[in-house]
Amino acid sequence: MTRQAKAVALISGGLDSLLAARVVMEQGVHVEGINFYTGFCIEGHTHAIRKKDRQRPKRNNALWSAEQLGIRLHIVDIIEEYQDVVINPKHGYGSNLNPCLDCKVFMVNKAREWIDANGFDFIITGEVIGQRPMSQRKDTLPVIARDSGAGERLVRPLCARNLPATLPEKEGWLDRERLYGFNGRSRKPQMALAKAFGFEDYAQPAGGCCFLTDKQYSLKLADLWRTRGRREYDLDDIMLLKVGRHLRPRAHFKIIVGREEGENRFLEGYRKRFISMIPTSHTGPLVLIDGEVGPGDIELAARLTARFSQGRDAALVTVEVRQTDGMTQSLDVIPVPSEEIPGDWYV
Amino acid sequence: MAAVIVDARNLLCPMPVIRTQDAVVKLQPGDSIKVLCTDPGVLHDIPAWCRVHGHEISNIEEHEHEITITVRVGQSG
Repeated sequence: MTRQAKAVALISGGLDSLLAARVVMEQGVHVEGINFYTGFCIEGHTHAIRKKDRQRPKRNNALWSAEQLGIRLHIVDIIEEYQDVVINPKHGYGSNLNPCLDCKVFMVNKAREWIDANGFDFIITGEVIGQRPMSQRKDTLPVIARDSGAGERLVRPLCARNLPATLPEKEGWLDRERLYGFNGRSRKPQMALAKAFGFEDYAQPAGGCCFLTDKQYSLKLADLWRTRGRREYDLDDIMLLKVGRHLRPRAHFKIIVGREEGENRFLEGYRKRFISMIPTSHTGPLVLIDGEVGPGDIELAARLTARFSQGRDAALVTVEVRQTDGMTQSLDVIPVPSEEIPGDWYV
Repeated sequence: MAAVIVDARNLLCPMPVIRTQDAVVKLQPGDSIKVLCTDPGVLHDIPAWCRVHGHEISNIEEHEHEITITVRVGQSG
């Protein structure tokens, strides 16, 4: 009796990876899912920090995919190792700070390490030739297979018939005739296949699944690197770039202004790391100060805090300033008029 | 045996799920783990993760903005 082949599928939470895994499962292969968390992944929950977004259904789409497929899902924290991909991409960036090709090589390589460690036979991805401008082109798909070290153990079931046969096809674990030959940007073949499998309510992220493809986010990250004088980050840095208004009134500091209750609550968790401010005479935001500041800077930050409070038109607003050690002081400040805030202060 | 406690407060999903997963790997079937969280997304994600791995949610407590989820490790743990 021949043994059952085992594959790990990269599950992003989108439709393509869901379908790719299912196509292989249809052929009797044991499939488990793997999902890599880079810190830049766009999650419904990140948006749900904001109270107004909490009515949206909160779910992790990769877990949802695994449930639909009835497979185990291994979520792997790659935040630290991933820094080198973001900071030094061998193949460069896309239109923003998105290192899509290096990212895919990195993830497939991690999946290759995982299958080697866990006795699995091959890797599945939902890639489709021509689907994405950087990482899913006819000339870049072989680069991913080669540079990741996965080689013939990497199967793209949705476009396999446009590509050379892989090891699972040669070994007879997969019947090439039951794989697909999708190509291009059209989503219609995937939607038809989803319908055939009975998948509904699948995620269709409009801008991909990564914050690094977002222009505003990339500008904030570039600002962080530029002003610190070094290209590095930690998880808190990249989480904070997703939250609040960011204003940089001086090169050596910026403020992060909570936009509503949910963001204020999230920023609360950082009051031991950053000097923080909150208006006490009026309702207003929690504000963090990122950078080294002197007394003049504190006053300016307090005046900006007042500007974003309900007291923006008041003569004076009282702002509590809290140091990272918990020491507080109160300042009575004049809110900065909106016309005195240059547009380029907004990061 | 007292439940293992994982502090995932101030972490956004999927980090609380990853912390839970990493702790469960070290436990035996039948053991329990308490996960302290603040991201309301865990109310969906940790139960979903438990379902795909065969673990059981034995209790969920919500107090103001803090959520405590108790997971009982299943046979696949």
